[in-house]
Amino acid sequence: MITSAIIPRPLARLPWRLIFLITGIAMFGLIVLYSAAGGSVRPWAIKQGIVFIGFLGISIGMSWMKESTIKAIAFPLYGATLVMLIGVEALGFVSKGAQRWLDLGPIRLQPSEFMKPAIVLTLARFYELVPAGEIRKWRAIWPAMALLGVPAFLILVQPDLGTCIMVLLCGVTVMFLAGLPWWIFAGPAAAIAVAAPIVYSMMHGYQRKRIDVFLDPESDPLGAGYHIAQSKIAIGSGGIWGKGFLHGSQSHLQYLPEGHTDFVFATMAEEWGLVGGVILILAFASVISWGMRVSQNGRTRFAQLSAAGLSATIFFYVSINLMMVMGLAPVVGVPLPLVSFGGSAVMTVMLCIGLLMALERQQRTVSRVI
Amino acid sequence: MKHMRITTAHQSITFSRRMMLLNGAQAAVGGILVGRMGWLAIAQNQKYQLLSESNRVQLIPVPPRRGWIIDRNGKPIAINKASFRVDLIPQQIVNGPEVIARLQALMDLAPDDVERITRELAASRGFQPVSVADNVPYEQYAAITVRLPDLPGVAASQGFTRFYPGGSTVGQLVGYVGPASATEYEKENKNPLLLIPGVKIGKEGLEKTLESTLRGEPGGQRVEVTAHGKLVKELDPKPDRSGGTVQLTIDSDLHQFAARRIGDQSCSIVVLDVTNGDILAMPSMPSFDPNNFSDGISQNEWKMLSQDDHLPLVDKALESLYPSGSTIKPSMAMALLNAGIDRTQKVNCTGSYPLGNHVFHCDKHHGPVDMNRAIEVSCDIYFYEMCRRVGAEKLAPMVRSMGFGEKFDLPFDNQRYGTIPDPEWMKRKYHREWQTYDTINMSIGQGMVLINPMQLAVMASRLATGRRVVPRLLKNRPVARQQQLAVDQDHLNFIRQAMAGVVDHGTAAGAKLPLNGIQMAGKTGTAQTHRLAENERGNYTAALWKLRDHSLFMAFVPFDNPKYAAGAIVEHGGFGASVAAPLVRDTLLFLYDKQKALASLQAFEQSLGGSLEERIARKTAAWRSSNGLPPLPPKQA
Repeated sequence: MITSAIIPRPLARLPWRLIFLITGIAMFGLIVLYSAAGGSVRPWAIKQGIVFIGFLGISIGMSWMKESTIKAIAFPLYGATLVMLIGVEALGFVSKGAQRWLDLGPIRLQPSEFMKPAIVLTLARFYELVPAGEIRKWRAIWPAMALLGVPAFLILVQPDLGTCIMVLLCGVTVMFLAGLPWWIFAGPAAAIAVAAPIVYSMMHGYQRKRIDVFLDPESDPLGAGYHIAQSKIAIGSGGIWGKGFLHGSQSHLQYLPEGHTDFVFATMAEEWGLVGGVILILAFASVISWGMRVSQNGRTRFAQLSAAGLSATIFFYVSINLMMVMGLAPVVGVPLPLVSFGGSAVMTVMLCIGLLMALERQQRTVSRVI
Repeated sequence: MKHMRITTAHQSITFSRRMMLLNGAQAAVGGILVGRMGWLAIAQNQKYQLLSESNRVQLIPVPPRRGWIIDRNGKPIAINKASFRVDLIPQQIVNGPEVIARLQALMDLAPDDVERITRELAASRGFQPVSVADNVPYEQYAAITVRLPDLPGVAASQGFTRFYPGGSTVGQLVGYVGPASATEYEKENKNPLLLIPGVKIGKEGLEKTLESTLRGEPGGQRVEVTAHGKLVKELDPKPDRSGGTVQLTIDSDLHQFAARRIGDQSCSIVVLDVTNGDILAMPSMPSFDPNNFSDGISQNEWKMLSQDDHLPLVDKALESLYPSGSTIKPSMAMALLNAGIDRTQKVNCTGSYPLGNHVFHCDKHHGPVDMNRAIEVSCDIYFYEMCRRVGAEKLAPMVRSMGFGEKFDLPFDNQRYGTIPDPEWMKRKYHREWQTYDTINMSIGQGMVLINPMQLAVMASRLATGRRVVPRLLKNRPVARQQQLAVDQDHLNFIRQAMAGVVDHGTAAGAKLPLNGIQMAGKTGTAQTHRLAENERGNYTAALWKLRDHSLFMAFVPFDNPKYAAGAIVEHGGFGASVAAPLVRDTLLFLYDKQKALASLQAFEQSLGGSLEERIARKTAAWRSSNGLPPLPPKQA
């Protein structure tokens, strides 16, 4: 926070350090996109820049929202998103094809993106309403499961495995922090651990091959493992200092697929090396830990749970994407927020940031009043 | 869970605890990510840098020029001739079908070729050329060159084809080259060099066995290429290194002379320098013309060659085995002397030699003969009787030490080494006891005895020197140290004298060298190919060609101070003295008096009806017409 007599109070009271951090990450992303386009702002960097500035404005605007307002819109937002998800599904059914988008004239809405913050806010709101004594009861568990399960299922059948996993993880995080009994989480985890080898042994050859390729991408370098193999080559060949700006051969010669979207981190790491990668990871870590601090400082249960859930959303974005590009997770199609080209991820993350800033402002205001 | 009432305070504690856990988990994931990235970028950096480079840089190989094969005097045996070729560069083609149609019109491409080009073009990666035609005549090459601006994607270039000045006379020596087959490509771990149009590798003979020396190192245009095969920019080229030159011990003039002197026979002759074992000539005729193979041989030519009963596709010098016939006798005589037989003792030759219920024959009634006479006139009865007395156990080792059945380290695949049998071998191979008639058969080089012409020449050189002469073909190999053979010098002198007698007044008296003061020593041989009927005995030309005896002769010269040795086997040539002996005589004469030798060759070829090339052309034309094929177009210059 900047305190100065010259700067007007409303401006000075913005969380500038966070805004600088976010803007820094986005700027770095633009530089990488500039390079990924072969040293040109078109077609990606310029669009991405405009989208970012737009959403930065929106999220700063959102920071003046009251906690009560956020609370009030939690359920309606969830409901509207769910309706849109069903709408997408229905449209897809009519047009007989997979569909993720709602075409609304100039804008194309991807409702599953809204579901990430929406599920967090809804579950936070739900657990705020559940009395403390009821938290370990069945009736505190099944509504949450339903609230989470229905949209997760709708997204899964789109099919969008990456977003589905993200929504599930965000929801589960909120449920975990709300204090649900351990077995709710430990049970399924143990079940998966036990079932995985059995399921694997019962799989068809081609299904098993996909798993094998994930576990050892080099075994199929021209097929399914191509993305991961090329991404690892890009990151590994970058070394400590990288090949230099505009000198990444993997991305410039198009060996790295999706080098401007899901695999943008590999494009970056090839040119900026381990140093660039660590700086980017640390920047994201700072943003996330800022969010987690907002949660810890939260006065209300809603603020605590929603802030943690929103931070977790950013965390899962970043970590799933990075694990994917470094060959630690299968390719599920989760972009790197603020860096990957594409408005949806920017929108989701900036909405989360906006909500977090609003919650954080609330904490300061409240503390002043008291 | 129902026992405990959970309060807001509890909830707050749970929240803090679980927040700590979550923070910890997030930090752990962050740590894993940084660690993983460090592992990739530091520990495995080299591996991935290599992979990235091999992605980025592609080498368009520039084939190296194949090394020469030259003779002992530096005369070329296999060299490279400039040739013209036309390729297509898929990436630069604008309208494929149109370009191919125009090339077809300009170059008279066959429909088969058009189909192949279209297919290869569809399967090719952007920058790898597709061959349109090889060895294009200059007129067509020029026609393409002037139209290049209208033919985007067409590349006319100069390359090299293998050229063998000796033609078919060196066919069996050098083998031939050709484009790599799919198996050869797999065998070399998919060496990209083998895919370049126009690259030929050794397929047979020296071209194959010396491949590693002759091939050289391919250079290459290093280019940066995108994942889709688009060329981005050219990097500095890697220079190629021509293949190494291989010098042979062959005297190419002598080799060609000998090959021509063979005439229309199916024959191989080997000439050695006895002082160091150098192989001076080893033609095997008839042969194929390796130049035709280097251009790509037609189905018909292959068919003609493989149907020929004179076996042009076999290197008779090393791959064919024959009974040695009487050429084994000098070595047998050495063995007899070693075993204590008195050389003055006589055996009475009556023309037949009964053993059990079988009668062995001699071709004449020589009367009483001693050892010297028995060698000179090649009396079989003498050797039947004396060898029977001594026994096979004492004969075989001496014959082997003279080179029969011996393996020589020469750069050829598919060598065959033959057999000198003995009782122990008989048991191992045929599971039966050695019989006296086996000794009788072996004594005159029949029965199980099998040799090749190289061994025959080696035997002549060892009898000439008394030392273990080892043949050598590659000039850069060290000369093998010639050990003294375990023979008595006096015995050796006697045998040489007897062999000189063979040529002076014995069976090969008609094959004297027409030189003053240089005398040849030798031994004839006539090897039966089947059991003779009574009326066939002594009649060498009447039988069907396939049933005639093989004609053999070995010799060294000069007999008193040996310098050269030779062995020749003429398949189904008939009597040894009348076919093989004159061939060896003329060949050795060439070493001393080229003029005289060439004059006699000219007369010889005239009697056959023209030079080797003319006779081959006539033979080919006759074969084609008898197989209903149109005559070949005249050869393009």
